[in-house]
Amino acid sequence: MSFLELRRVSKSYGEGATEVHALSDINLSVERGSLVAVMGPSGSGKSTLLTIAGSLEEPTDGEVLIDGAALQTMSRNDKARLRRRTIGYVFQDFNLLAGLTAVENVSLPLELDGVQARKAHAAGMAALEELGLADRATHYPDELSGGERQRVAIARAVVGERHLLLADEPSGALDSTNGEAVMRMILAACKQGVAAVVVTHDAQLASWADRVVFLRDGRVVDQTVPPPTPESLLEPSPQTSKR
Amino acid sequence: MSVRHALLALLSEGPKYGLQLRQEFESGTGEIWPLNIGQVYTTLQRLERDGLIESDEPEREGPQKGFRITESGSAELSAWLSTPPDMTSPPRDELVIKVLSALRVPGVNVHDVIQIHRRYLVELMQQWTRLKEDEAEFDLQFALVVDAELFRLDAVVRWLDTADGRLKRAALESHTQPAMPRLARRLVVRR
Repeated sequence: MSFLELRRVSKSYGEGATEVHALSDINLSVERGSLVAVMGPSGSGKSTLLTIAGSLEEPTDGEVLIDGAALQTMSRNDKARLRRRTIGYVFQDFNLLAGLTAVENVSLPLELDGVQARKAHAAGMAALEELGLADRATHYPDELSGGERQRVAIARAVVGERHLLLADEPSGALDSTNGEAVMRMILAACKQGVAAVVVTHDAQLASWADRVVFLRDGRVVDQTVPPPTPESLLEPSPQTSKR
Repeated sequence: MSVRHALLALLSEGPKYGLQLRQEFESGTGEIWPLNIGQVYTTLQRLERDGLIESDEPEREGPQKGFRITESGSAELSAWLSTPPDMTSPPRDELVIKVLSALRVPGVNVHDVIQIHRRYLVELMQQWTRLKEDEAEFDLQFALVVDAELFRLDAVVRWLDTADGRLKRAALESHTQPAMPRLARRLVVRR
């Protein structure tokens, strides 16, 4: 069963002549353990899709289900709990709190959820360790490089028992080696059972996904079919197989 | 691709046999470019003829004949390494011609054509990335070759994205014929 499901989701802003359709009739489902990339140009509705999937915004039409439960039937409190416990967000500009150390940033969502400070700290340390950042745990965001900040943001998004990871241009302004490291981390989270959606305009990032969905003017226009085994790339083509 | 210079580079490490050169060439390029053994011998013969490599066993032929690089071979190799390849004239790019042609064919939506090619390229990139994910950490040369391929495909996707956006804007700004056909005509004439 899909962990995240968008059924005929539409979103418009404004009314009458000034109405803007940000999303039209979007169907999307993401299983646990799989990484879906949503690719499209600026203004195609990618970020709106992500905020609606993450219950930060309500669709105008259609429904969003997370782990089988429809968001529209949930109370505000239930949704807030879902955001704290189940959903991790990674944004382009990292969104770390400047006054907190790396480990405090990572353990914050657990503490907000009522987890004992010491346990939250331990879980935060474990997440940082997994991403190779244990020695940076007590540093403040402005003492970290861009790549390290984004790793902290990913640690915060997967700390605890989160099953849905939503990332908006997660490699931001990072160079391609760091961007690749970010995607490897997201993929590692998927291998542990997380369902992940990454929205990006970058084909190299998108190519890490199991499935790439193409968004144009608020509509899904196309998607990749699961690729055949990559080994086919290494078979000599007719021009080169002279030996 | 210059097999000639790739072989010189391998010989710059020390004397080697023909068979060994072929194996090292293939493993050194992440086994992306298979090389046929006949091509190795022909190239070695020419390098020897040109005085860029030499052998202690001029009479011997075949896989066990050893070669080493000469001084002029080393000079040729270092000149080649620092000479940029010719990238001044645009290559004959079939995809560019397809998109330009799509603009002129009645009943064809150029954005649909662009999307077909975009999806194909992204699917190819997924396969390359999967290979990198599986193997690249163990093989640096392989990772470099896969990176080069990914950047090449990525550049084409970016061009398609830009073309998509530019055509959309042009259509919004004016309903008259866009300026593209003139460019298309020039490209067609040049071929």
